[in-house]
Amino acid sequence: MYKVVVPGDFVSEEVARAGDGTYVDDGKVYAMKYGIVHDKGEIKVVALTGKYVPTNGDIVIGKIIEISFPYWIVDIASPYEARLHTSEFARGTERKMEFGSMSNYLDLGDLIVAKVLNVDALMRVDLALRDDFRIGDQGRLVEISHTKVPRVIGRSGSMIKMLKEKCNCFIFIAKNGRIWIKGREENMNLALQAVLMIDNEAHTSGLTDRVAHFLDQSCKKKREENGE
Amino acid sequence: MKEEGIELIKDGKRLDGRGFEELRPMKIEVGVLKRADGSCYFEMGNNKALAAVYGPREMHPRHLQNAKTAVVNYRYNMAPFSVDERKRPGPDRRSVEISKVSREAIEPVILKEYYPKTAIDIYVELLQSDAGTRTAGINAASVALADAGIPMRDLVSSVAVGKIEGEVVLDLNAAEDNQGEADMPLAMVTRTGTITMLQMDGRLTKDEFERGLKLATNACREIYELQRTALIEKYSGSIGGGEE
Repeated sequence: MYKVVVPGDFVSEEVARAGDGTYVDDGKVYAMKYGIVHDKGEIKVVALTGKYVPTNGDIVIGKIIEISFPYWIVDIASPYEARLHTSEFARGTERKMEFGSMSNYLDLGDLIVAKVLNVDALMRVDLALRDDFRIGDQGRLVEISHTKVPRVIGRSGSMIKMLKEKCNCFIFIAKNGRIWIKGREENMNLALQAVLMIDNEAHTSGLTDRVAHFLDQSCKKKREENGE
Repeated sequence: MKEEGIELIKDGKRLDGRGFEELRPMKIEVGVLKRADGSCYFEMGNNKALAAVYGPREMHPRHLQNAKTAVVNYRYNMAPFSVDERKRPGPDRRSVEISKVSREAIEPVILKEYYPKTAIDIYVELLQSDAGTRTAGINAASVALADAGIPMRDLVSSVAVGKIEGEVVLDLNAAEDNQGEADMPLAMVTRTGTITMLQMDGRLTKDEFERGLKLATNACREIYELQRTALIEKYSGSIGGGEE
C-alpha cells in the first residue's frame, strides 16, 4: 500500500535509516518531497514529479542541440545540458577530428544513447557513447517523467519484459525518461499506448496486471478485425 | 468606491456574516495547468489565485546563475479585471514589492542547493481580488511548488489579521481592509512556527499584535491542513484501486 506524503510530513523516528527524499530535523525524519514513502532498508520518499538530474553511470537518450568544437552539446531532458567530447569517436585510435567536420559524425537533432561519465560540482555533465549509440530514424521516441521510469521497468524487469513480449518490439528505456520503441507500425502503436497508460497510472497498484489485460484485449480485437 | 461610515460589525458578526476569528471559505485544486511543472488554483472568499511553477530549469541570463544554488523568481500579478476599476496591466510599484516579499516568504523552505545553476520560476496570477491577495498567492505558490516535485522543508501557509472598529479579526475582506484600522499579512511554516513574512499596515498595540499573531497561527494551521489534503487527494483517489 502506498503512502503519499507532502514536504514537511513526519516520516519516522529512526534517524539512522533516513534516505533519499527525506531530511532530519530535531531527531526526527521528515519528507522533503511530494511523493511516496518506501520503507525497505532505508526510508525513502520517492518523488511523484520533478526534473531529472544526471548522476554518474546513468544511461540516457540525448539530442544534439549544438556543436561547439570540441564538444557536442546534448539535451538530456534535464535542467542541465550535457557535453560529448570528440575523442569519444576516436576511442582506441590515434584519429583526431578536424574542426568543422564534427557534423559528419553527429549532426544537430541526432539522437544518441549515452552513458553519464561524470557530473562535476559545477553540474557540467560529460557523456560517453555507448557501443550501439545511434538511434537514427528508426522507431519512435516517447518522453515521460523520469520519476516513472522504474514503473515502466517494473519489479525486477517484469513490466518491460511483458511489454517486449506482448508488443513484439524492441524497447529501450533511458534513465532520463526517454523511451525508444522499435518494431512494426501497429506493434509500436500498441507499445506506445501501454507506455502512456503506465505514465498516467504510475502511482496505482496492480498496474502490471492491468497493462497485461489491456494488451491482451487489444491483440484480441485486432485479430477479430482481421477476421481470424 | 469609498463608503464612509459603513458599519463593519453588527451583533458580533462581520459584513459577510463571519465571526471575528473565522476564515473565508477556501478551495484548493492541484495540478490545474498542463503546461506548467506544478500548479495550483486557490480561492479564499472572493480571492482567486492561480499559481504556476516552472523548473528547476536552465537559468537565463547566465550571469545571474548561482553556482551553488537555484535562483527563485516570483512574479505576483493582478489581472486587469481582478478589481472594480480596471487595473492597468503590467508590473507596478505595488506588485514588484509584493513579488519580493512573497518570494522571501517562500524561499526559506525551498532546498535550493539540490539544483545549482538553475532557476525556479513561480508565477502567481490573481484573477479576482478581495484583500489578502498576497496571502492567497503564497498559499497557492507553496502547493504548486510541491506539485512540481521541488524539494522543500515544508509548506508555507499565509493569512492576514487586522483590526476593525477596535476588534482584532482574522482574514480581512476588501471593505474591512479599506476602512479598518490595521492590516497585518503574515506567512509561516506551521510545523516549526517560523514566520517567513510579516507586514503591517496601520497600528496595533502590543496586546493586539499578540492576539493577532495567535489568531493567524491557528488559521495557518487550518490552511496548512487544506493544502496538505489537496495534495494528498490528487493521488490517493486512485492509489490501490484503479478503474477496472
